Amino acid sequence: MQTRYSFGGDEHIFVEVAEEMSLEAFFKSLSMTNAVREANIAGVTEICPANASFQIKFDPDIIAPQDLMAELKSFEAAAESTEKTIATRIIEIPVLYDDPWTNETLMRFRERHQDPNSTDLQYAARVNNYESVASFIAAHAAAPWFVSMVGFVAGLPFTYQLVERAKQIEVPKYLRPRTDTPRLTIGHGGCFGCIYSVRGAGGYQMFGVTPMPIYDPAGKISYLKDLMIFRPGDIIKFRSIDRAEYDATVAAIDEGRFEPRIASAPFSLDAFTADPDGTNAKLLEALNG
Amino acid sequence: MVERSFEVVKPGLATTVQDLGRPGYYHLGLPLSGAMDRFALIAANCLVGNPDGAAGLEAVFLGPELRFSADALVAITGAELPPKLDGVEQPLWTAFSVKAGQVLSFAFLKAGARAYIAIHGGIDVPEVLGSRSTYALGALGGFEGRALKAGDVVPLGAPTARGHEGATLPVSGRRPVQASGVEIRVVPGLYWHRITEEAQAGFFEDSWKVAPEADRIGYRFRGGRKLDFVPRKQPFGAGSDPSNIVDSCYPYGSIQVPGGTEPIVLHRDAVSGGGYFMIGTVISADMDLIGQLQPHQPVRFAAVTLEAALKARAAETMRLKQMDLLLP
Repeated sequence: MQTRYSFGGDEHIFVEVAEEMSLEAFFKSLSMTNAVREANIAGVTEICPANASFQIKFDPDIIAPQDLMAELKSFEAAAESTEKTIATRIIEIPVLYDDPWTNETLMRFRERHQDPNSTDLQYAARVNNYESVASFIAAHAAAPWFVSMVGFVAGLPFTYQLVERAKQIEVPKYLRPRTDTPRLTIGHGGCFGCIYSVRGAGGYQMFGVTPMPIYDPAGKISYLKDLMIFRPGDIIKFRSIDRAEYDATVAAIDEGRFEPRIASAPFSLDAFTADPDGTNAKLLEALNG
Repeated sequence: MVERSFEVVKPGLATTVQDLGRPGYYHLGLPLSGAMDRFALIAANCLVGNPDGAAGLEAVFLGPELRFSADALVAITGAELPPKLDGVEQPLWTAFSVKAGQVLSFAFLKAGARAYIAIHGGIDVPEVLGSRSTYALGALGGFEGRALKAGDVVPLGAPTARGHEGATLPVSGRRPVQASGVEIRVVPGLYWHRITEEAQAGFFEDSWKVAPEADRIGYRFRGGRKLDFVPRKQPFGAGSDPSNIVDSCYPYGSIQVPGGTEPIVLHRDAVSGGGYFMIGTVISADMDLIGQLQPHQPVRFAAVTLEAALKARAAETMRLKQMDLLLP
């Protein structure tokens, strides 16, 4: 992995740990941002970890940009040798795939899509060599996903599926971003899945919606007292549901009767690399057990 | 005692409560928010005797109509959006008194995009995560997390003794909004190496126009040549278009160019990250200028060094420090 440092104007430093995505790059980025946080550097105002990179916002009146750059570089060697095990949570997200709302939206933005004659699901299934939309959906919901970044908009998780690289779903982003995406859309762009926390612009392919809010600025939903649910390092398990369960879940949330299924579990990068299926089985056991 | 407030008679196009923003939550996808033209908000606050960070209103293109419940001292800065009190035009960049029951309204916009309305005592909506700024996309902060609507009654804070009627910022201390010849300075970087040398030069040679898709999240530009990318095998996870990257963080002011066609400069309600490459970042001192650009306005980008960006920043800081001295 070749780490690349760049200034984002006079207030940001951008660090690309690797050009391509991998869990190794994520763990190195996480470790470096943890080191920056612990170092408590005067003038650092924001520490934003991302999938295979991170960004530091700083006040150049307090710390000279070149000094901060030198300090960040000094954390790199230590980050490589940090232990790659984290205590995490596995969270189940019910999904109504191929739903009416994302279908309506994708039809409105067809001229911005690579293949105006397919839906996003048909296109994604085809370019990933699945024989049908149903088998594509089954693969999407089968193995868990790792939250490798929170951002874009409030509390939105970027997710990376815990399968061997050959099995990872890859799709291009829309040619031009949409100006509208339904709230709680399950999206995918590049190798990343996401859950759109709010309605707004977006460039990812749209596969379905979850009835489970993940961000609540009003703080009224029981499990969203901290505004949002996801943090980097969380693990998501999607579960395909039908329209009846979708409607029942929406009603349960409205009436304050819904609690998401969440379990604690450790995640070791080395264990996963050695045995992906076995590691996933243990994660699902923690959730379902 | 009557609570100090104003009632929104007409909301304008998109009038929001803004202060100097909400730092510290960008890693969760919650942007800084705050005034798009911070210089203008600070000036308006100074004129009415508020602290720099007091909450005011940001009105874009079309001003609101507000009826005051109590006497107040008001100042309007930023865009040339001439204020009127019960129909009588009032000066910009100057504190003027409003009596209880009077209606503040605005004539048509003459130049710029965003006017700032400061009222002594500031707007007293609750602080959310340390700021009163509205983040409309996340329905957070400001007045119920949204732009003002007709019928809203907006509370005002207790006034301080400092402000006085007629206080005005001399023309030399203002920053006039420019209708033409706007140059936005950029430090090349981030994924600059992804485009060809011809494209790098072309970006700064071409004249760009503000596109209609321009708001607090980002300003889109059109009219320059399409950028050519240095050929490569796309890295795993990025997506197949050459403008795609493995999703990363976006600096404020960063310029992403989806598909290589229309640059988008992210602003105060920025999306915090995503999968489009960026060619560089607008310097902090020029961010306010972008907030005053109108759709179709021509703009050029100019490449500068980090050292030049720091000098411009120091000059801007000095200008803000001297603002108090210029007031009578």
